[in-house]
Amino acid sequence: MTTDAAPNPVVEAPRSDVMTRRRGRGRRTGSSAWAYLILVPGCLLFLAPLAWLVSASFQPIGEIFSYPPKWIPENPTLDGYKKFLGIGDFAVEGASGAWRWFLNSAIVAIAVTTLQLFFNSLAAYVFAKRDFPGRNAIFVLFLATMMIPGQVTLIPNYLVLKHMPLFGGNDILGQGGSGWLDSYYGLILPSAVSAFGIFLLRQYMLSIPDELLDAARIDGASEFKIYARIVMPLCGPALAANGIFIFMASWEDFFWPLIIVSSPELYTAPLGLALYVVANRTQWDILMAGSVLATIPMVLVFIFFQRRFVQGISLSGMKG
Amino acid sequence: MSTRAPERTVADDDSSATVLRRRSLWYRIRKNWDAYVFLSVPLLLFAIFTLFALGFSFFLTFHQWSIIEPERPFVGLQNYRDMLDDTSFARAIVNTFYFTGVSVPLGMLFGLIVALLLNLPLRARGLLRTLYFLPFVTPFVVCAIIWKWLLNGDFGLINYYLLQLRVISDPLRFLSDRNLAMPSVIMMSVWASISFSMVIYLAALQSIPEELYEAARVDGASRWSQLLYITVPMLRPTTLFLLVIGIIGSFQVFTQIFVMTSGGPVERTTTVVYYIYLSAFKFYEFGYASTLAFGLFAMLLVFTVIQLQIYRKGDA
Repeated sequence: MTTDAAPNPVVEAPRSDVMTRRRGRGRRTGSSAWAYLILVPGCLLFLAPLAWLVSASFQPIGEIFSYPPKWIPENPTLDGYKKFLGIGDFAVEGASGAWRWFLNSAIVAIAVTTLQLFFNSLAAYVFAKRDFPGRNAIFVLFLATMMIPGQVTLIPNYLVLKHMPLFGGNDILGQGGSGWLDSYYGLILPSAVSAFGIFLLRQYMLSIPDELLDAARIDGASEFKIYARIVMPLCGPALAANGIFIFMASWEDFFWPLIIVSSPELYTAPLGLALYVVANRTQWDILMAGSVLATIPMVLVFIFFQRRFVQGISLSGMKG
Repeated sequence: MSTRAPERTVADDDSSATVLRRRSLWYRIRKNWDAYVFLSVPLLLFAIFTLFALGFSFFLTFHQWSIIEPERPFVGLQNYRDMLDDTSFARAIVNTFYFTGVSVPLGMLFGLIVALLLNLPLRARGLLRTLYFLPFVTPFVVCAIIWKWLLNGDFGLINYYLLQLRVISDPLRFLSDRNLAMPSVIMMSVWASISFSMVIYLAALQSIPEELYEAARVDGASRWSQLLYITVPMLRPTTLFLLVIGIIGSFQVFTQIFVMTSGGPVERTTTVVYYIYLSAFKFYEFGYASTLAFGLFAMLLVFTVIQLQIYRKGDA
């Protein structure tokens, strides 16, 4: 399998800033003004669901259900948010621990991002810059598994976690308890390394000149020092793009938490919201508020890292 | 420390090539011990959660394996035979094809249109691009929740405006009508996927050399023929890329089904992954669910090979 080929142009192109870059084509706004006739109404229609979500989250429950719908809250209120977070007298059964969901999501997303960047880059460095027996065989093994859909490993991983010895009430043979199911370990560790991330970072590291590393070796730097002080700083853009994507994917992951988490105090934000909508069909004010809160971290990441962000999604390509 | 293979300076009395090679292999392994240390933890995690899992999953397909029963008998190919005879699974495949066949092309088409418009020299273009991108940074579960509300049969906004516009005379039960449920889920999925294809198309549009358009203008080509004969062919690799990963993603559709319809009404929106989820975690038939997962794997393999081909070629 040739993997040294130049990275895909589809992947390469977005290095430039897709969102704000201006072209030297001249500012001929006049002749293209007709485009606004499609873009502006289209945009309003396109964003209406999100606008409604934000508006409804500030409406009292009666107003949310009112006909005709009110796009601007008549009696703006924070009750939905208070109930969702269990502040003051509004503690509602089933939603009162909701702030925990966000804490869990943050813990899991940050841990997965940190671990994955560390392990991915360690492996990528070795694959890109070292020559040792078995390297190509191991690398091809990693690559080959990239095409396996997550559903195939889902069930065995569930069983592996359940029978993890000496955890969650299990004996040394992994019997009797629930192992790593329903725990942070189970949420984090299966995602702590990714073949795709290794592949991505390795391709990037191939462009680092060997002379640089040899020079450091002559100066007596240890391999870990070369990795940490020379290779990692040079991989900044690739690490950032990869890291943002890992964070987002982990924050909004739904399937895996749904399967392994059973106690409400370990719900992540998407899981809590989805189970809430299935269980409580009427408490829409709480649900709207919770949905807005779950969106805020992703919007913040987007605003702060807008440029890297677009690189990240076009590098990684997948969502949903 | 040198990473190059050592010179073969070993001069033994038994200097046959195999011994030399074996010795130098051992030497290279020892010499590179730190590379193996670097690789150890990633490889361990990979070995457990991917390699072992894959083998174990295959093992499960030959067993009747329920988590609640102590007996887990070997059943040979029975699970595979069951899969081929399972009308619910066939139904799930049909639903998945229906979902994929409609939602992927539509999401790409709308994304392309928006990207083409946003590539024009316009004021406030950056702002419009950011706005059109917002659904992508909304967690998918939240998107599904919003649409579940919008499509509500009693007080949903879509029913309200359709009634106002006199398109319909009675509210539609979008998510509980057997013929409307899947189109409703598709509508939500198209909405959620436009942002992504827009960004990818926009990046591709910006990398088309301006000279091509200048040459075409000199030759007197209209804007329409520039679009048809320059832009569309130049976007071919991007279109292929979006199509393949769109298909792979849609084949695994789950979240919006779980939140919006729970597979109903009467299995009309039960997709392959939702059916696997039901088999494993509602009926606890781990062996059969693993077999279904391999069935999905087989279907996806075709598209994944195409995708790897794209990555490898680098020119597609």
